[in-house]
Order: sequence, then C-alpha cells, then structure tokens
Amino acid sequence: MQPTRDDSRPLRNEEDVVFSRQAVRSWAVELGFSLVDQTKIVTAASELARNTVVYGGGGTMHMQMLEDGPRRGLRLVFEDQGPGIPDIDQALRDGFTSGGGLGLGLGGARRLVNEFAIESQPGQGTRITVVKWK
Amino acid sequence: MERIPILKLGRLLLVTIQVDMHDRLALALQDDLTERIVRDSARGVLIDISSLEIVDSFIGRVLGNIAAMSRVLDAETVVVGMQPAVAITLVELGLSLPGVRTALNVERGMHLLSRSLEADEIAGPDDAADQG
Amino acid sequence: MANGESVIAAVVAEHEQRLMEEWLREQLSATTLRRDLMGDAELRQQSADFLGRFREALQAGGAADANASAWADARAVLATVSRSRALKGFSPGETAMFVLSLKQPLFTLLRERGDDPERLVDEIWRASVILDRLALHTTELYQKSREDVIARQQQELLELSTPVVKVWEGVVAVPLIGTLDSARTQVVMENLLERIVQVGASVAIIDITGVPTVDTLVAQHLIKTVAAARLMGAECIISGIRPQIAQTIVHLGVVLENVTTKASLADAIALALKQTGFAITRAGAARG
Repeated sequence: MQPTRDDSRPLRNEEDVVFSRQAVRSWAVELGFSLVDQTKIVTAASELARNTVVYGGGGTMHMQMLEDGPRRGLRLVFEDQGPGIPDIDQALRDGFTSGGGLGLGLGGARRLVNEFAIESQPGQGTRITVVKWK
Repeated sequence: MERIPILKLGRLLLVTIQVDMHDRLALALQDDLTERIVRDSARGVLIDISSLEIVDSFIGRVLGNIAAMSRVLDAETVVVGMQPAVAITLVELGLSLPGVRTALNVERGMHLLSRSLEADEIAGPDDAADQG
Repeated sequence: MANGESVIAAVVAEHEQRLMEEWLREQLSATTLRRDLMGDAELRQQSADFLGRFREALQAGGAADANASAWADARAVLATVSRSRALKGFSPGETAMFVLSLKQPLFTLLRERGDDPERLVDEIWRASVILDRLALHTTELYQKSREDVIARQQQELLELSTPVVKVWEGVVAVPLIGTLDSARTQVVMENLLERIVQVGASVAIIDITGVPTVDTLVAQHLIKTVAAARLMGAECIISGIRPQIAQTIVHLGVVLENVTTKASLADAIALALKQTGFAITRAGAARG
C-alpha cells in the first residue's frame, strides 16, 4: 500500500475546520467516492478537526491518497500536542452529550470510516488516524 | 462576520442555510433566532437545510438548541430538507436530534407548523397547557 | 557501436510505412481478426496511432523498460484499444494479438539489415521483450475494463431489482424480494431515501413479504433506514414480516422500538393513507 499524494493543513481555529472539510471533500470527490461515503468522511473529518482545535489546542491534519492494488482510499491523520485523552476506551464509548465524558464523539466518527486508530497519552498530545476506502 | 438572514413570514421566521457554516456563525444564528422570536412574537421557526451537505455534531447540537429555546419561547421549530446522505451519516454518527421536528420540504414544514399553531389558537389562552 | 535498442529505433523510423502495411496485412489475415466486431478503417487508425507512439518511444531511448515514462503515450493508445475491444466483445487473446502481430514484420526488417547472427539474435530478442511487455499490458488493461463493465452491470441490476413505487400521494413502497445481503440492502435503502425526496413522500412502506430470512446486519440496516427517513421527515412502516422472521428478530435481540410494523402490505397501505389524511369510501354508497 502506498500513498500517492499528500498534503497537510493547520488546524488553529474554526475557520480551519471549515477549510479542512472542503479539502477532504475535494479529495473524496477526486477519488470517486459515492455521495454517501463523501458525506461520511467529510463529517468524520469535521468532528476530528474540531476536537483537535477545541480540545487539543490546535494541531494539524495530514491527508494522503492511498493505493492498495486496485483499491483507492483516503487517509487522514489528526495530530495535536494538547492534553491527551486519559481514558481512550471511555472516550470511544461516550456519546456527544454525555455528562461526565469528554463528548468527543469518537465512537461516532469511528463508525463513519473503515479504519480508525488512536494514540494518546495524558500530557503527550493525541494522534488519530482514519482511513476510508472507496 | 456575515450573519445568516432571517425572513419574517407572518408569525413564522424562515431561515435558509446555504453556506458551509463555521461554528461561530452557527452560534450567531442561534442567538439571532431567539432574539427575533421574542422581538417579532413569532410562533414558528422554519429552518431549511436542503443546501447543507454536511451536518456534524456541532450543527446538530445547534439545531437541537434552537428547537429547545424556541419551545421555551412558545414557538415551534421545524427543520426541513435534510439530504439523504446527511440523514444516513447522522444515524451512523448516533445523532438523533431529539426534540427537533422535521419535514421533507418547506411546503410540508409550513403545513406542519400551521397545523400546530391552529390547534393552539383553537385551544384558546386558558387551555394553553394543552398542545395540539 | 550501435546497440540493439537504437537499431530497433532506427529500423522502425526508417521503414515505418512498410512496417505499417505489413503489420496490417498480418492482422487482416490472422485467424483472430474479428471483422464482425470492428471495421478495417478503425483497425488501420488504431495501428497507425500505436506505431507512431511506438516509434517515438523507441527514439526517446526507453526501449528496455516498457513502464518507463517514454512509453506513456504508447501505453495510452493501448489503453484505448484494449478498452474498446473489451467493450466490443473481443477475447483477451484477440486483443493481445494487436501487439504481438507486430513481431513478424519487425523481425523481417531486422533480418534484412544483414547484421551478423549474434547481433541479429540480440536485436530480435530485445524487440520481442518490448512487444511481449506491451502485449501483457494490453491484457491487463483488458481485464480491468471487463471488471469495470461487470461492476457497473451489477450496480444497475441492484438498482433495477428493487424499484421504489409511489403508491399514492405522499406514500411510497419498496417491495424487497429475495435474500438481502448487506450491500444490496444499503443500495435499496439509499434509493428509498432518494425517492422519498423526489416524490415528497411522508410515509414509506418497506415490505419484506418476499424476504425469506433476515440476519442481524440486514435488520440493523432496516432500523437505520427508518431512523434516517424519520430525520428527513418521513415515517416508515415495515410490513410483511413472516412468523419466522419475527422469531429471528427476537432471538437476535434486535430491538424494533419506535418502528411501526404491519403484518400485511394491505394493512400498511391502509395505515399510510390514513396517516396522510386520506379516507377510502366505497363508490355508489348512498351519500345523504
């Protein structure tokens, strides 16, 4: 599997969240994703980008087009140097409006993509990688 | 910062969201609507999202808030025109938009609102506790 | 000392016209020719296009590696040829013969140069290697085109086999027939939601009378569809649930809360009409 193109975008504020949505949309269109799949990956990107800005204190989104034999995909990596997530399992289980949890909606975002990986330690920032295949 | 225009149609307020909103814009809409409901004594709010290609958790929350706040101010909110891809994605995300009434398009949304307004008017001020 | 590759390039450039004619003759006399599928004029055009790019690539010095960028244009012509032949119904062998039939005329020209046997063998070998690689490339492209056609046909079949019908003003119904797999259910559901928008339906009936079994995945898709339709402002009624399916659903622990169900399609239609504000009265009854 190899990346055929990549790009990075800063995530500093909410305008950047909008830009990241638009960037992901245009790559998804280029890769030929169905409308439903486009909507899913762009929505996931919106959630994760916002988390990076609001919870992570700002960070970066890396985009990569992937080729694995005949199939093509889109990989997004959201990185920040923020406080990190203390209990990842809990964060994945939380809904959006749960009282005690962080309300990051990671579980929901995970359902929108094919592959989801998260690395995070308190005090060491967070790195979330998602892949959606066509 | 530009703001999303709100149109007044009798006792209804009509909003058409056509831009990819950033969070501040959505919050501004929330504020503007609540203010206008009071100022114009509006009884209904119709939000047309047929041009919105993405509804994420933030927008979903804002829509939910608008519905809840209008209800407190004795107005009903209806969200119309959700695109199928958006609906499918929201379900997958696990967002059900509780408390938000929806209709397929503006026509049906107005129909829905006028029905519930009528019921209210028929009930009369003393029976305000009963909602149609 | 000219090396084998530039000799081939020179030969093709010097004798392009003759090479073209002899190659055409090879193709037209081959048993693999399909006059029923393609006319001679088109064959001539394809051959001319390819030969031109072939010569250019050789002259650019990219003889050794058929994947090198010098061969991009030649490969592009082969892509067009393969795709059109795949669509027309040629076999992969017949398509590869387009390139392979160039060997004989090219070898003849090389032989005529009168180089010593060892050099000749080297030149013929190099020419053979290049053409073999290009022929293989043709076959791969052909395969890919066939796969694309099959995928598209599968998609069309999927969409045609479960039409969403308008039952009445504001009411649509989709009768699901046969076993449902995850992919098919997803396509059907997306179609249903699109139709709801098109028709302006406020009620959608999903009839599963014709579905013998339902597994957890399918049941979940159905539930998600009902939820999505509701978000859009339409209510769903699921009808035609057989006793066996009802049992399966309970056993699987699938929860159908907030989903209206009716045993028969008829009951579902009656309910849908009522919900959309229609009443059916028998004609000719005395109306005061």
